[in-house]
Formats: sequence, structure tokens, C-alpha cells
Amino acid sequence: MTDGMEMFPLIQRLDEEGNLIGDLGVLSLADLKETYATMRFLRTFDERAWNLQRQGVIGTYAPFKGQEAAQMGAVAALEDTDWLVPTYRDWAASYLRGVPLEHGLFFSKGHPSLGDIPAGKRVLPAQVVIAAQTLHGVGVAWATKLRHEKVATVVTFGDGATSQGDFHEAMNFASVLAVPLIFFCENNQWAISVPLARQMHAETIAQRSIAYGIEGFRVDGNDYVAVANLMHELSERVRNGEGPFLVEALTYRLGAHTTADDPGKYRAIEEEDLWIRRDPLVRLERWLRAQGQLSDEDLAAIDADSERKVEEIIAGFREALDISPLVLFDSVYATLPSTLASQRAQFEARVKEVGA
Amino acid sequence: MPDMAKLTIAQALNQALEAALMEDSAVVILGEDVGKDGGVFRITDGLFEKFGGDRVIDTPLAESGIVGTSVGLAMAGMKPVAEIQFFGFIYETMDQIASQAARVRFRSLGRYSAPMVIRAPFGGGVKAPEIHSDSLEALFTHTPGIKVVVPSNPYDAKGLLLSAIDDPDPVLFLEPMRLYRAFRDEVPEEAYRVPLGKASVVREGTDVTLIGWGPSMALVLAAADELVAQYDIAPEVVDLRTLTPLDEETIVTSVQKTQRAVVVHEAVRTSGFGGEIAALIQEKAFLYLEAPVLRVTGYDTPYPMTMFEDLWLPDTSQVVTAALSSVRF
Repeated sequence: MTDGMEMFPLIQRLDEEGNLIGDLGVLSLADLKETYATMRFLRTFDERAWNLQRQGVIGTYAPFKGQEAAQMGAVAALEDTDWLVPTYRDWAASYLRGVPLEHGLFFSKGHPSLGDIPAGKRVLPAQVVIAAQTLHGVGVAWATKLRHEKVATVVTFGDGATSQGDFHEAMNFASVLAVPLIFFCENNQWAISVPLARQMHAETIAQRSIAYGIEGFRVDGNDYVAVANLMHELSERVRNGEGPFLVEALTYRLGAHTTADDPGKYRAIEEEDLWIRRDPLVRLERWLRAQGQLSDEDLAAIDADSERKVEEIIAGFREALDISPLVLFDSVYATLPSTLASQRAQFEARVKEVGA
Repeated sequence: MPDMAKLTIAQALNQALEAALMEDSAVVILGEDVGKDGGVFRITDGLFEKFGGDRVIDTPLAESGIVGTSVGLAMAGMKPVAEIQFFGFIYETMDQIASQAARVRFRSLGRYSAPMVIRAPFGGGVKAPEIHSDSLEALFTHTPGIKVVVPSNPYDAKGLLLSAIDDPDPVLFLEPMRLYRAFRDEVPEEAYRVPLGKASVVREGTDVTLIGWGPSMALVLAAADELVAQYDIAPEVVDLRTLTPLDEETIVTSVQKTQRAVVVHEAVRTSGFGGEIAALIQEKAFLYLEAPVLRVTGYDTPYPMTMFEDLWLPDTSQVVTAALSSVRF
């Protein structure tokens, strides 16, 4: 049996106590101060989104709490011309690539603008079907290769996605076609209620790379310094014609799968406690404090700023709720077919009659 | 007049693909065996040699992979023309077509689109193994966001395929397998277009409207000849050519004239597209009708083992019988 843990040792630079192992690599102290503030803001947003569901403002929400370092690190090295192909929990990653966090609320509200990515931002709409986006990532990367562009593409997905056929077809296509793509698995160890050990027999996801003849990496997904450095290296390599690569970022879903389940029903509190101690935010805070770069006053300022920004997001979200139901008909095809035009007219009459 | 050559459907499709590759550098052809082999039906014959392996691409053997990567290619600005080796294998990639390609524009409120063509040999009658001959078009006419195009002759095949490749939305392009080399038509050399969404009145008549698409048109046309020659009945023949978006006007106008309709398809009867046509006619031309709309279709069994294929498939005599019972109703 392949000893995946031995073949793919966990890459770590900042341990859970906040001790730096080695150096910061390509990152600077200033980067980490900014990253910490952003991560704390994202945590604030995520917790507020959960509450908004409880208040009935939005529908089902999939929290990313605990996975911030993995998501932020996954895109840390991306440039404006690079692509991100995300799944439905990746609001932190998408936000850093220019997708406003309102989209996370739109997604849970079932608002038609959920996938209306701002023009010029190379991010695909959040994918719901597990692993379907891995093939889209291959296609996007393939397009950039066919056009001889020096562009990196990152496709993100969870551990459950590695059980899907599309993931394996994507790994196979990507490796055969040698596309400039980084498969970035956020291994949060739980697919709703099913633990990784019921998901696969292999020890690690990283070792899946062996079967496809590509390089794989296993990185501490709660360690921003390690993830960002690895992605800097790999992004540069794919832009220079190498790839694809598989990255397993070992992390943990500190919350539920979505607002519709209770992890207390399927996993042990001891396990959650263990991972609370490995919280990506906490270890960054410890390190910054130890450097004398983060005071209680700084924290209060970050929190106040985060609260203000989250309020702005919610306000923007509420304003956007005033949207015509008729948009449903306008993006089915580039041009509205006459058959659908008559249905649109019927729907318009119904909207007038019933009220939007 | 431009040069006219007598071409088969297979040759006409090959010309269309060559023209598309010449016209637009974003066009790529991908699929199983489409490269050196030229496809199992040789529709891409010679294109690999002419355009190279970055334009005419042999992929690994995985339908979801072919369509899923095409969706990514299309969203990133390429124009993939994917070949699914036999239409029955489309089940392997239902998600990537129905939940992905067809929804890209809708999901992103028009920010992204997936202009791509999925070509597949369509229909039965060639004694192929299981899952090679099934007519599954209704799965896709039931899927908003994708267009469904089914040519029945060489001229339309070339012009419709070029329109499908031009189209800003994903198009499922179904090629009548048993007609690939069954006959020849005059096909202009240049890259002309036949518009999507327009049915063709192939033969004008007054007594009954015969409606079909793709491979069924061969028997519909043969039945029409027989009705004229032996029964002095003048059928009007409508070749739908595009199932989505449907040219309702041509169907309704014809039935208002003839007051009778027979729909013919190879697909199994229940929930087949013929039912949709019948519903349309009764909604839009109820008071014109002198007879119920009749269907000549496959049976509600899985596509048969090929020993009994010819018996199972609709044939000309069944179309004639249906037309007669409509006229004599």
C-alpha cells in the first residue's frame, strides 16, 4: 500500500502555536498584517451570513469558517490575467479575485445575479454540482495554452469531489494535455456527514497525482504562509509551461456543511476542539503578536472596520433585491426565441397580476 | 453560379468543419478518434492533416471530459466542436450538457456563455451494438438553454452546421447516422449558412401535413411519393431541421391549411417530441383540425437488439397508413 503521508509530507511554515518554521518565503511582514486583517474581515462576514440565514434574510448558506487560509492562499499568487474556477464555498477566494461578497449572499438568497461576475474579473460562477468545475478548469487552462498565453488557472474543490468521475476525468485530461492548471483541493475532511475515510481508501488526496503522472503536494491548509508560498511557486511554474499540479490543502470545516445540518450529529466534539486550536486566524494572530505587530487596539480597529464593511455589503445586498423577475427569460439564450418570447409575455402578465 | 458538387451528408459536414476551421482560429474540433482516424464515420477526415493536432484533437475516452472541457474552452473564448462518437453515449455527459453548458449564460446572467457544438451520429438502422442507435432528442428539447438541430440532407447539413458553429449558444447537432452516405445532393462549394430555428416545407400539399426530422425524413418523403402516386393524396411535408427553438409558425400555418397532421420519429413514443408537436397543434390550430394528430414512432421499449431493429423502427408503410387514416378520419 502506498504510504501517502510519507510520500507527501505536510508542508508547513507557520505551526498552530504561531511559530514560524523557516522563513516567510516570498511574503513580507506587511503582507501578513494585511492578510490577517482581511482574514478577520472574512470571518466576520461568514459568521454574519450564518446569522442572516437564521434571521430568514437569506436561504441555505455554506460557511467557509476555518478554510480562510486555504482559500486566501490558493489565490495569493494570481494575477489579473489568471483564472479562478471555484466551488460554492469559495467566497473568500472569489472575493480576493474581485467578486464582491454580496455574491455569497445572492447565492444563498437565490438572487439571479449570483453568477454575474464583474466584467474583467477572471472568475467563473460558483459551481454547485460537485467536481463539474474541475473539467471547466481544464478547459479554461487549455484555452490559454492553445492561445500561448502565460496564464495560470486554479480550480478549487473539496475532498468529496475527489470521489466524482468528473474529477478523475479532469485529472486525466489535464495531465494528457499538459495544461497550465493547479488542482487545489480544500480537504476539509467532511463531505456533509461523511468523513474522508469513508470517501476514499487512500491515505492522502495528494497521492492521487501519482496515478496521473503529475506532481502532487500536501500542504497545511490552515497555514497561510505555507499555502501562499507553494502557490507562488506553482503559479509561476504553470505560467512557464509546466503543470498540471495537484495540491491537497489539509484544513477543516469548523462549521456545518450548510445552515441545514448539525455537525453534532455526525462528528465528535473532541475533533472539533482539536481543529479549533489549529484555526488559521489564531496562529497568524499569535505570530503577529509575538512580533509586536498586533496590539489589542489594532484588533479593535480591524473589527470595527470589518463590521463597517460587512454592514455595507448587507446594505448593497438589500438594495440589489429590487430586480425584475423578467431577467429569468433574458439570459437563457443570447437572443430570445419567439417561442420563449410568448412565455415571457405570459410571465410578465402574471408578475403584474400577482406582484413581484 | 458557384460550383456545385454532388455530396453525401458525410462529405457536406466535412466541408462545413473545414470551412469553420479556416474562418475562425478559435474553432477547435475534439473528441474520440477525430484526429488521424477522421472519426469513426470519417466526418473529420483529413482535417487533422490539414490543421494539426492543436485544432483537431484526439481526447481521452471520456464523454463527460470531452463536453466538460469544451464548456471551459468556450467560457474562455474558444469555439469547441465536440464529437460524441454515438448519441447513446450522451448519457455519460448529461450533467455537463444539461446542468453546465445549457446553464452557463443563465447562471451568470449573460456574463459568460458557452458557444459550442456537440455533434453526434443520430438514429438507428445500421445494426450497431446496444446504446449506439437510441434517439434521445427529447432529453434535450426538455433542457432550456441548448439548441437542438437535426439535418436530414447534405445541403442543410453543411449550412446548419456552419450556423451552429456561429451560434452564441450551445448547440446539439444530431447527424442522421444511416443517411451519412445514403444519397447525394448538390452542395455549393462556398461556406453558406442555413438559419437555425427555421423549418423547411420540403413539399407543398393540401391534404395532410407530414412532420419529421433527421433520419425520419427519408421515410416521410418516400411515403409522400406513395401517397401522391397511389392514393391521389397531396401531402405537405415539413422538415423541422431545428427542434429547439421550434419553428411553430411553419407547423401551425401548414396544419391550418391541411387540417391534418402526422408526426414521425424514431424515438420511443411516450414523452417523445411528437407529443409536443401534437400539443402545439391542438393549442394553436384546434378549430382547423379534421382529425386527431397521429404519431408514427418507436415503441416504448429500449432500443431493440438489432435482429428486430427493422421491424421496430417506423417505416414508410406505417407513415402511409397513418396519413390515410388521418385523411379518412
